[in-house]
Amino acid sequence: MEINKDNEQVQEELASQGVILTSVEKFFNYARARSIWPMTFGLACCAIEMMATAGGRFDLARFGYEAFRASPRQADLMIVAGTITKKMQPLIERLWDQMPEPKWVLAMGSCAISGGPFVDSYSVVEGADTFLPVDVYVPGCPPRPEALIYGMLQLRDKIQNPSIVKVKRNG
Amino acid sequence: MDKGFLTKLVGELNAKYGDFIEVLDDELNASVKLEANNIVKFMDELKDNYGFDLLENLTAVDYQDKFVAVYSPVSTADNRQLLVKVDLPKDSNGDAEIPSLTGVWKAADVQEREVYDLMGIKYKNHPTLKRILLADDFEGHPLRKDYQMKKRV
Repeated sequence: MEINKDNEQVQEELASQGVILTSVEKFFNYARARSIWPMTFGLACCAIEMMATAGGRFDLARFGYEAFRASPRQADLMIVAGTITKKMQPLIERLWDQMPEPKWVLAMGSCAISGGPFVDSYSVVEGADTFLPVDVYVPGCPPRPEALIYGMLQLRDKIQNPSIVKVKRNG
Repeated sequence: MDKGFLTKLVGELNAKYGDFIEVLDDELNASVKLEANNIVKFMDELKDNYGFDLLENLTAVDYQDKFVAVYSPVSTADNRQLLVKVDLPKDSNGDAEIPSLTGVWKAADVQEREVYDLMGIKYKNHPTLKRILLADDFEGHPLRKDYQMKKRV
């Protein structure tokens, strides 16, 4: 009888003893998905909704995502919340480069997705995906906290199953 | 500002320096018009002798054939406001120049940088005349009427 994770009988026997067989990748993905540390990156109005999501009524802490780190070196998710201006773009790129792998990007709000209501301006960048590999898009202007939570849960699913979604890098 | 004070102010300064202030016909505001090379001495006089201690606003307007620099000195103690307009003709590149008021009021520093950034009016003798709102390598002055917006891809 082979001891591997696909053998049902072995699994049941081990589970009854309190032992789980899994792969390192799955285990790490499980842990990473349930303990994402976002970086505080509120640029504009969506930041207020992000703060509301982290507040008491729409608690983001119940999913394990309440540790918003101010330093990119300690964070693994960049929630781009707000309008990206051309002056801010090189700074965002620098912060993105400072984040250690594995890292993800969540584009929150229509400004981060595609420039939003200010897309015709002389100083607005048309979306975060022109220079960042965005993983999850949360539409809205601003998205309701429930929408942001839904986006975070989608990200959780994506982290646990990284192969089910084909990643289209940089738009 | 009541008309009496405005007439007195204009009368006294015109008598001192020669006729250089023109009172504009304006129902709402007390407004005057000057030449660009007289602006510093006018503001000096207002600040030193007439109690105007705050530069509330410094901006510019782009009419197609000229710029107009607009200043709003305010006297907080006497509760008076003045609107000062300076016509600036555009040269062949569409630029214009005017002396800076940073020597008179420190508040003029960032406001003049903003006007330079968005309209391209150069302020002579400004300590650091560079862009303040837009990125340093931005080309053009967006709030001019002839600024071409880039087409979206």
